[in-house]
Amino acid sequence: MTDTSTTTAPAVRLVGIGKRFPGVIANDDVNIEVARGSIHAIVGENGAGKSTLMKILYGVQKPDAGTVEIDGAQVDLSSPADAIKAGVGMVFQHFMLADNLTVLENVVLGAERLHGIGAKAREEILRISDAYGLDIRPDQLVEALGVGDRQRVEILKVLYRGARTIILDEPTAVLVPQEVDELFGNLRELKSEGLAVIFISHKLDEVLSVADVVTVMRRGTTVDTVDPSSVNAHQLAELMVGSELPSPSTESSTVTDEVLISVNHLTLPSPDGRPLVDDVSFTIHRGEVLGIAGVEGNGQSELVEAIMGMLPRATGVVEVDGRDVSGLSTRHRREAGIGYIPADRHRHGLLLDAPLWENRVLGHQTRTPAAKGIFIDKGASRADTERIIEEYDVRTPGPDVLARALSGGNQQKLIVGREMSGDPILLIAAHPTRGVDVGAQAAIWDHIKDARRLGLAVLLISADLDELIGLSDRIQVILRGRLVGEFDPGHVTPEQLGSAMTGAGDKA
Amino acid sequence: MTPRMTRVLLSVAAPVLALVAAFAITSAVLLVAGDPAGEVWATILSWPEPRNLVNIVNSATVLYLSGLAVAVGFRMNLFNIGVDGQYRIAAFVAAVVAGEAWLPGPLNAVLAILAAILVGAAWAGIAGLLRATRGVSEVISTIMLNFISTSIVAYSLRQVAVREEGSNIIGTKPIPESSRIPGFSISSEVSTDVYGFLLIAVLAGVGYWVALNRTRFGFDLRATGQSQTAAVASGVNVKKMTVTAMLVSGGLAGLVGLPILFGNAYSYGSTFQSGLGFAGIAIALLGRNHPIGIALGALLFAFLDEQSNPLQILVDVSPDIVKITQGIIVLTVVISYEVVRRYGQRLEQRQVAQALESSDNTKAEVRA
Repeated sequence: MTDTSTTTAPAVRLVGIGKRFPGVIANDDVNIEVARGSIHAIVGENGAGKSTLMKILYGVQKPDAGTVEIDGAQVDLSSPADAIKAGVGMVFQHFMLADNLTVLENVVLGAERLHGIGAKAREEILRISDAYGLDIRPDQLVEALGVGDRQRVEILKVLYRGARTIILDEPTAVLVPQEVDELFGNLRELKSEGLAVIFISHKLDEVLSVADVVTVMRRGTTVDTVDPSSVNAHQLAELMVGSELPSPSTESSTVTDEVLISVNHLTLPSPDGRPLVDDVSFTIHRGEVLGIAGVEGNGQSELVEAIMGMLPRATGVVEVDGRDVSGLSTRHRREAGIGYIPADRHRHGLLLDAPLWENRVLGHQTRTPAAKGIFIDKGASRADTERIIEEYDVRTPGPDVLARALSGGNQQKLIVGREMSGDPILLIAAHPTRGVDVGAQAAIWDHIKDARRLGLAVLLISADLDELIGLSDRIQVILRGRLVGEFDPGHVTPEQLGSAMTGAGDKA
Repeated sequence: MTPRMTRVLLSVAAPVLALVAAFAITSAVLLVAGDPAGEVWATILSWPEPRNLVNIVNSATVLYLSGLAVAVGFRMNLFNIGVDGQYRIAAFVAAVVAGEAWLPGPLNAVLAILAAILVGAAWAGIAGLLRATRGVSEVISTIMLNFISTSIVAYSLRQVAVREEGSNIIGTKPIPESSRIPGFSISSEVSTDVYGFLLIAVLAGVGYWVALNRTRFGFDLRATGQSQTAAVASGVNVKKMTVTAMLVSGGLAGLVGLPILFGNAYSYGSTFQSGLGFAGIAIALLGRNHPIGIALGALLFAFLDEQSNPLQILVDVSPDIVKITQGIIVLTVVISYEVVRRYGQRLEQRQVAQALESSDNTKAEVRA
């Protein structure tokens, strides 16, 4: 990847990029060089800094340090319009298309100055479609298109605006396998026409099959750039998570034979037929961590929300310590002893513009110390927030600070402390270390181990297989809403889990 | 400076900024129109006569209740645009009940007040139910309900009305003297009294503050307003909260017309004051949904209204100029709150980062 020729400058060169948000370093000394005519994959866990980096390259955010060079010229991108002018285009994970307009209308929308909105534009669209084999018919309504087609329209939109470097953010997350193959065909086409493709993903097998170069990010920085033919998925995974894996082997098992949680035939129907959660049954014992592994979007979040009573259409029975809570509201389920660390703490876990002590009250409005009769007990809530700050090492000047001002890791530690303080029987931890820094990650792992030692039942959902293997006593794999296999974390490898998660191999 | 102090300062800065901007823009309008801006402000900003003071306090009382009603919805991100329709239908029903005088003396007044609260709550509750069950935006439904309320009141007034002698104005039966709410006099030179309903308005303000800031109900309501998703995960039944919040908002709206009814008009007629609900929206915005802020906002609006009356005579400028000021205040207030909120957020994040860095440094030094 060294720049040997003077005639072909790299399509993109990022040098020493740094970006800090208050209390958290999103990017630190990031160095990436993307060659023309190549597919360059950037992999890393959630929170590794990939999206911040792409926002910088697409002009959405400005870096605090470092330089961005495009085609050999240093540029200063302060808006996506600047990035488009410099020849950088981005295809977002969530499509930005108007359903009730045609493909042509969607493509020219906002770019009317380029080729007008009529015959010339249609001609140009067809030319691009032919040149890159995108197979696009400009007069179709977007609402009639499938997901794969829509994605190609998004790619065409970017090309239409003259992009020579295309960023694709997790493009395969929404596609079925056949569509993934088609997409990869399109990407190879783009590459052969001399475009540079930056491909962001955390699906390692896909990355290995399509990329020419792979850059691994971890904790906000680039840790290595490798040739995909020289590594396998497991080595990449190791690079992604580093050596900070939890070590359950040193802990003796605390599992008892007392069943605390039993979930029976939990089903969540969906309007289009196939249930999102499909007849799920499991038990968790006192002192046991049950891990749920699965590719994101296979029903994990629906499973958790169904157990929490947030989805009224769910059917089936949930028992907490022998008590049937199926008919209860979310509040009564919490009171029955369910603690919940949600996957998206900003949406489900916090009131960002409220002080920490009010966030301590959240989810505990009806219980001591937060409540006193029909009133909120501010004094006791503040005092208990101080306790959580102390015990869970939440870095904050005090309990009156707004939750928004804390870094992700400290917000998460506050949530863990809060959910543990309700004296729960079941702790549901969904992606508990997503987007938090190393220190907080280790602390949260410790807290989950503590919960287990204290005799709680823990349901752990994670996309990080090593975290799952490290913390769980048992691992269940979820695929298309069903539990498809149980594994002993002592003997399973990430590869075996990975193939079960994709339904590739049956029982390993 | 403590975070609390900073927050208080910032929350005062925003309305001050908005008022300054609004006054500046109004002055510009006056100058462009060739009116004497200096004299206009001199008239408006002079200290009111005792008689005017009473009028200001009285109309502020009415505006305050309207502002509170809107603010309850705002705290939950519900836009109750229908306070106008709610208070008119409620005041009408209260006037009928009080006029019929089924109960003796003060009991009759209590009954009428309760009827007003119930009718206001029910009228707003329709919008709440539509929102909770069918997802209908409360903005649309409350606006529609305003029109329906106007028509119902006009229609019903014909049914129950008695014609005042020697006039074309029709109204409900007048409230018997024993059921009127007596006012109190602040000065012997002034013939008009301050509404006795002022005390009820103050109680409503205190109740609003306690209910929202100190009770579980208020916490649930504010949590839902700040993040519906987080509220759901914390166990709040959002549909129930939506209906409840609209009921409370409508119940307060039911009180809006009553100071006038019990302290001045004594019957509901075709000339009963309208438009108070819309002023409430502006006042709730200006007062940041805080009971004291709303009180100041209500006083300011009442002050501007009252002080603009002599403009036509004294400086030959239409008093409607203060309507422009009031309208501009609504816009500048929204902008300046957003500006100040963002500034405050950045400031706090920086302060937290600094506080943590310095504590980390001292720890490192201790270790070294």
